Amino acid sequence: MKPLLKVSRLSKRYGNGCLFCANENGAGLVGNQCPHCKSVFACRDVSFDLFPDEVLGIVGESGSGKSTLVRLLHFEEEATGGEVFLNASTGEEKSQNVLALGPFAKRQLRNRKFGIVYQNPQMGLRMDVSAGGNVAEKLLAAGWRNVGLIRERAGELLKKTEIPLSRMDEAPRNFSGGMQQRVQIAKALSNKPRILLLDEVTTGLDLSVQARVLDLIKNLQRELKLSALVVSHDLGVIRLLCHRTIVMRYGRVVESGLTDQILEDPQHPYTQLLVSSRL
Amino acid sequence: MPIVEKSKKQTRQILYNFAFLDDVAKREIRRKILKAVAVPGYQVPFGSREMPIARGWGTGGLQITLSLIEPSDTLKVIDQGCDYSVNAVNIKKFVQAVTGVRITTDTTEATLIQTRHRIPEEPMTEDQILVLQVPYPEALREVEPSEQKTRAMHAEGDYGRMWLFLYEDIIHYGEVRLSYRYPVLVNNKYIMDPSPIPRWDVPKLNMARTLFLFGAGREKRIYAVPPYTSVEPLQFEDHPFRVESFAGKRCERCGAEDTYLDEIIAEDGVTRHYYCSDTSFCDKRRRT
Repeated sequence: MKPLLKVSRLSKRYGNGCLFCANENGAGLVGNQCPHCKSVFACRDVSFDLFPDEVLGIVGESGSGKSTLVRLLHFEEEATGGEVFLNASTGEEKSQNVLALGPFAKRQLRNRKFGIVYQNPQMGLRMDVSAGGNVAEKLLAAGWRNVGLIRERAGELLKKTEIPLSRMDEAPRNFSGGMQQRVQIAKALSNKPRILLLDEVTTGLDLSVQARVLDLIKNLQRELKLSALVVSHDLGVIRLLCHRTIVMRYGRVVESGLTDQILEDPQHPYTQLLVSSRL
Repeated sequence: MPIVEKSKKQTRQILYNFAFLDDVAKREIRRKILKAVAVPGYQVPFGSREMPIARGWGTGGLQITLSLIEPSDTLKVIDQGCDYSVNAVNIKKFVQAVTGVRITTDTTEATLIQTRHRIPEEPMTEDQILVLQVPYPEALREVEPSEQKTRAMHAEGDYGRMWLFLYEDIIHYGEVRLSYRYPVLVNNKYIMDPSPIPRWDVPKLNMARTLFLFGAGREKRIYAVPPYTSVEPLQFEDHPFRVESFAGKRCERCGAEDTYLDEIIAEDGVTRHYYCSDTSFCDKRRRT
């Protein structure tokens, strides 16, 4: 099977970098920082494949580069190195390094192929625009020009994410945290994305709400045959959702494999620490 | 051609250039106009000069007028359709003082028309230019306060938020609430602010025979709609754009039923009178 998304040696450096940190392959870094030029490596040589219908987990402590990785893939930040290849499922498009595309093409790609859900709904939603409008935004950007059809589609998605239609024209500002998160999911799904990026989606929600959001994501993933990248520091979330998992530390991938394998038989000392420190 | 003013005994020094602006300024503005015409709807930055009227009072339009005007031109200046309101009269007097061109109120006679917030009722031709004064050239300002970001949005055709703004209006009020400055899509490429003309005038921009030039002096932008360019108001298939309706009302001076009307509330505070907003057109109809 061909991977849907192929990430190859993706790097993000904050700072100018110097000969020391360029040549040493990260060996001499203190944590993820170069002791000479003080550059910080948020991601360093991150490589992985994401296959169709697969859910890939990314775990690691805060500051390990998980969220930066998602932002790089969503073109919110410029990578300083590496390549990302995106294969169309039908195979008609040639595989291309999408990081080399121009801003217009990147925006098109982001609007068509990706959906993203942030930890903080304020990042993903316009709080003073109606819930239906939030879902409609990507459709409008994609050229939908019929209010009736847009509302139909937005209503469908909100129903799927268990938002009562009576509140469709209300602003998410008035919603609870869990509801806001569900509106975000509906928005992420509006353009029928191939790849869903979930960045700490359940952090900050109480346990019963967490369970419902996770349930929803799992059902939607199966129903819509989505590929997803799940970033979390919560191993429970990873165990529930992900087929495969990669473990990151100091911006590098330290271990990768099947989720069960990683959680039951961790090999890298850091992963062992992570698994053993679970409550 | 320098303007020379004769005093009692001697000829005084040159006071200013023909049409007030110096040649370098005129050349720059003309170049920016050419660029604006070449890229319809694109806002071209220009070095807006100090003028003898305050910024925000038509300096953008005035600079375009002055850089284009020739001694053989006939000028008309209107302010919200009226030839005799303060802004129009001041600009007219000023341009005449620095150029000596002929001034008219007749739309068909003018070769160059500067206007604030209206397009004349009478159709214009290929031989005429309409210069519009613009307070806020950025149509996306409603949805994005940052200039840097709106320019990127234009460059990338990122207009989802503008459409969202219209969508929200329709959801909450059943119709887009913008009565003037209605955003338009020019040449299927850029979203443009047509200046605060009423909706009534927006269809006149589409595939028109005339060149439309837009000048924003305070915001330092020039943009243009060349002749025979498509200009479409942003609209939804099931919520089409519509202009103001004056059904059942007519101008009390000339009896016109097909013009944009001003509503005047009489001193009793109850009676409403309706008159053509385009005064010279109204006068012309009364004469014939």
